[in-house]
Amino acid sequence: MGNLKKLELAVGAFVALGLAAFFMLAMKVSDITDLGKNQGYQVTARFENIGALKVRAPVTLGGVRIGRVAAIQLDPRSYEAVVTLAIEPQYDRLPTDSSASILTAGLLGEQYVGLEPGGMDETLKNGSSLKLTQSALVLEKLIGRMLTNAVSATPPPAKTP
Amino acid sequence: MLDGLRRLGQATLRWLNRLGHATLFLLGLLRALGALSRRPGLIVRQLYALGVLSLPIIAMSGLFVGMVLGLQGYANLVDFGATSTLGTVVALSLVRELGPVLAALLYAARAGSALTAEIGLMKATEQLACMQMMAVDPFARVFAPRFVAGFLAMPLLAGIFTAIGILGGYFVAVQQLGVDSGAFWSQMQAVVGLVDDVLYGVVIKSVAFGWVANWIAVFEGYDAMPTSEGISLATTRTVVNTALVVLALDFVLTALFFGV
Repeated sequence: MGNLKKLELAVGAFVALGLAAFFMLAMKVSDITDLGKNQGYQVTARFENIGALKVRAPVTLGGVRIGRVAAIQLDPRSYEAVVTLAIEPQYDRLPTDSSASILTAGLLGEQYVGLEPGGMDETLKNGSSLKLTQSALVLEKLIGRMLTNAVSATPPPAKTP
Repeated sequence: MLDGLRRLGQATLRWLNRLGHATLFLLGLLRALGALSRRPGLIVRQLYALGVLSLPIIAMSGLFVGMVLGLQGYANLVDFGATSTLGTVVALSLVRELGPVLAALLYAARAGSALTAEIGLMKATEQLACMQMMAVDPFARVFAPRFVAGFLAMPLLAGIFTAIGILGGYFVAVQQLGVDSGAFWSQMQAVVGLVDDVLYGVVIKSVAFGWVANWIAVFEGYDAMPTSEGISLATTRTVVNTALVVLALDFVLTALFFGV
């Protein structure tokens, strides 16, 4: 009987260890606060070009993450990208004239939405939209523009007789 | 030419025959669950043999795999000055792939082979036939408890492997190589999702692997030729087939959950 008790004890410890491992994976490795991401409020912003922005990309203000990109759609009429930002509920005092721009973390990093607070007294609510937006910087276009500038700036090579 | 074709047909039919046998066997296992629920002590005993005794190899392997990931990730990321994302690299590779897959492979080698050998020997020494003579259903008494215990043990082992691996990566990265501890955990938390990565990665994969690994192990034992050579063959087949099926299934699940 004592043997069986020891065996049951070992199995109990094993199961507890396994559950503890999953608890750690849930609490420490993944961010369990993600589950409550629907509690915040959602605002939309329209961009001409979102670059490589992805759903779940961070939304930051002053470098602090205050939400995530919840959805990205294309407006079939205006051909603009409509980005839905889910903002956490404690950041409920953002002015309505805040601006959103799509930025890149580092030179090759992922893209995220950066907000700049405006000065209005009214605050953003669920469903409101951001009017001032700045599209993503597309590296190819930038390089293309630089090249055309460089070509037009250099004088034609002088012909040597 | 015709001879080769015939042999191909023969092999295919034999394979299908075994697959059918294995499916019928699985149905028998599921039917025995009702009888098993009245004797949960049988499962506890097998949980000890399959789960607790697999812990040392799972824990050690997880630790070393995590430490290797930490070292390799650091060596590659340091060139880009991106060592702060090391936590993400270690955690994502373990949670999505290495944790469930390596735990399943180790489980097949450590516990699956033992299951096959045990049941095969029971068959060779006619213990199973004796049980049937005494109107004891070997499905309810022998096969189902082992299958259920292994099925329960697999996700727990995969979770332990993953958690210890991440701690091993933390040890190497933060304690040895001087990556910032705060960046290590916060970057990891920012990227690893509870549903997207932990549930679809470790949990669902290890449940699927536990199902096939134990099904194969118990069936190969049941199907073994009752000779010493047959048991050795069956044990080999368990490890080889489990490895193949787990890796192939892993590809399917990855394409399903993480593919674009």
